[in-house]
Amino acid sequence: MIRVGIDLGTSHSALSYIDPDLSEGEDLAHHVLKIPQCVAPGECAPRDLLPSNVYLPSEHELSAGAGALPWNSTPANLVGEVARGLGAKSATRLVSSAKSWLCHPGVDRRKPLLPLDAPEDVVRVSPLKASQLYLEHLREAFEHANPGEKLADQNVVITVPASFDPAARDLTSEAAEAAGIGGATLLEEPLAALYAWIAQSRGGWREAVEAGDIVLVVDVGGGTTDLSLVAVEEEDGELRLERIAVGQHILLGGDNMDLALAYFVAQRIEAEQGKALDDWQMRACTHACRSAKERLLSGELEEVPVVVPSRGSRLIGKTLKTTLKREEVQNFLLEGFFPAVNASERPASRERSGLTEMGLPYAQDAAITRHLAAFLARQKDALAGREGFVQNEGSFLHPTAVLFNGGVFKAAPIAERIIDVLTDWLMEEDADPVRVLEGEDLDRAVAQGAAYYAHIRESGGVRVRAGLGQSYYVGVESSMPAIPGLAPPIRALCVAPFGLEEGDNAPSPEQGLGLVVGESVRFRFFGSSVRRDDVPGDVLTRWTEEELTELGQIEATLPGDEKTVVPVRLEAHITSLGALVLEAIASQGDERWRVEMSVREPS
Amino acid sequence: MSQEKPSFFARLAIAFRVLFSSELAANAVRPALPAPTPKEPSEEPPVKVESEKPPAPTLAEEAAALQLLALLQREGRLIDFLKEDVAEFSDEDIGAAARVVHEGCSKALFEHFTIEPAEGGEEGEAITLESVDPARVRLTGNVAGDPPFQGTLQHAGWVAKDVSLPAIADGHDLNVLAPAEVEL
Repeated sequence: MIRVGIDLGTSHSALSYIDPDLSEGEDLAHHVLKIPQCVAPGECAPRDLLPSNVYLPSEHELSAGAGALPWNSTPANLVGEVARGLGAKSATRLVSSAKSWLCHPGVDRRKPLLPLDAPEDVVRVSPLKASQLYLEHLREAFEHANPGEKLADQNVVITVPASFDPAARDLTSEAAEAAGIGGATLLEEPLAALYAWIAQSRGGWREAVEAGDIVLVVDVGGGTTDLSLVAVEEEDGELRLERIAVGQHILLGGDNMDLALAYFVAQRIEAEQGKALDDWQMRACTHACRSAKERLLSGELEEVPVVVPSRGSRLIGKTLKTTLKREEVQNFLLEGFFPAVNASERPASRERSGLTEMGLPYAQDAAITRHLAAFLARQKDALAGREGFVQNEGSFLHPTAVLFNGGVFKAAPIAERIIDVLTDWLMEEDADPVRVLEGEDLDRAVAQGAAYYAHIRESGGVRVRAGLGQSYYVGVESSMPAIPGLAPPIRALCVAPFGLEEGDNAPSPEQGLGLVVGESVRFRFFGSSVRRDDVPGDVLTRWTEEELTELGQIEATLPGDEKTVVPVRLEAHITSLGALVLEAIASQGDERWRVEMSVREPS
Repeated sequence: MSQEKPSFFARLAIAFRVLFSSELAANAVRPALPAPTPKEPSEEPPVKVESEKPPAPTLAEEAAALQLLALLQREGRLIDFLKEDVAEFSDEDIGAAARVVHEGCSKALFEHFTIEPAEGGEEGEAITLESVDPARVRLTGNVAGDPPFQGTLQHAGWVAKDVSLPAIADGHDLNVLAPAEVEL
């Protein structure tokens, strides 16, 4: 079996694999799949990355066969580079950021919603379907490159953000299943980056960290920022790694930075030359800004011209040009996204209003350093009671090492700024500064780490223990007389404990729940990344907003039509594929019904 | 229309390999390819094609040339640039446009071609040639005698080591180098 890692990214996806027959010990035969894709109407070429986009063309837009792929001359959908290219000129037919929609609890993610502002005649796709299309394309590309092999027969690992809730993880598995990759294991992206670091160190990681270390993984992808903490302990003379905390879902990534820089440049062009950029020029400008940013921040050049071509064929005289200086970019990006703040600062929080436009819940505060401060403070007690760690008297958890991941950190000053800020916070509390663990490939680490994880699951190797990163609760309405104008008070019943791992048995006591047969019964669902000691059956009557986050609804349907009430208890376990399963178990007899982590709207 | 022929991908892969592999290019071999469909020699002008008809079948070598032009136009606006009269513009304007062309065309070039100097060594420095492959090295100036030759490397030359142009879908009209764009 080939060991396959799939990085299903917000803006790009990639597939990496290890051939065990050609690997020995730490010498791994690692491949990055060249993904054939339509790059322009009628043209197909292999690329390392597959842009996570679908384009839904009008029937008048393309000639027959314009989307031809080596394995299908008339595919039903346009996926990849061609989609991104066409979408730049007709944005309302482009599906993008499907992954962010996949973890949006406010919408039915199986419903065809995307693109949100598409014209009437577009047959929209659901976030689930879009994810399925990307995975399907990767499967077909893999099977095309490896004739005779089915991807479903390989050991496949797909990565998800550590901050994905159980519903989003389930939907990712469902998309994989629908794409013909049933049985794929899920792995958190920051852990994949850590595995990639372990793999490329070829055993050297044991010298780079020691017992008592707390590694902070900062993973800034195209669309999300994902934070995780991994503790290093010693057990029977061997180092043992455990993921002890994950951050909240932050919809803020490298694409936002490039876009912000593009708006900055566009405003300048408008001010200097009185010309406003159209959508297509904005995209060209974003591209130009990304490469200007990388060149300026790598220290190569002091200033770089940024040119934005005209849309029409008159190129000379219509091309807009301005110059970006290193200092400007540095100030703009570092002060905008990575300001040097105090450890006590917190991100500006999102105001909830009754009438919000349906859209993605983008982070309101662009300062990643503030999100980091909040995360470390929230996890202050993550190591409480554990031996071998410096017990923390300060105001936040003190990491000792940092691993960066994501293309954003190709700009060295950004990584340096995070280290400087962390070091300031730590010095303030008399702790040692952090070390940097040097990763090799910031763009491909996630796919490679996932393939490595698939490999060690079969062939053995150090594994990072990673149980549930949150404890989970269902909301139960108190039975009390209704008071006008007041929602009935709700209690939170713990159904899955923090750190629950594959094979663990979390016995759950009777909870006094009853399900109506033949009807779908919905529960409010909550998660907590800080209440580490609650066990199934515990009931919370009050909590702070910091402690519990509402995750959307879950749903159980008992088949039948008797309209009777069956007493049940809810029990959680983790499957061998890493998924959380919640089941309703009849108090009498041993019937079980699976609780769906996301609610389907009646269609 | 249902005659036996290699798949379009295979066919073009062969075409490009033959056309662009350096040894063969040097020997100027015409690729021996199954002609896709018989072509009337002087039928239609190169550009305008009726939409209800399949596009004019193109010989493999023309196909590759057209495809490369389309690629350089799409990525680097090369045709737009060359179609204009530079005499009308200031160096400032030409410079700005040249940056667009340079960035896009070099991206296209390096994505699809692997190009290396034909001869190692620094330009302007002395070089000794033990033997001469006239296809790779052009002797100039006072050319006399037999190798080894002593000389100065004036231009290191370029050799295409590898070419991988995108495969073209059946029925894709390569004569359209860039479609007109009409915003609705």
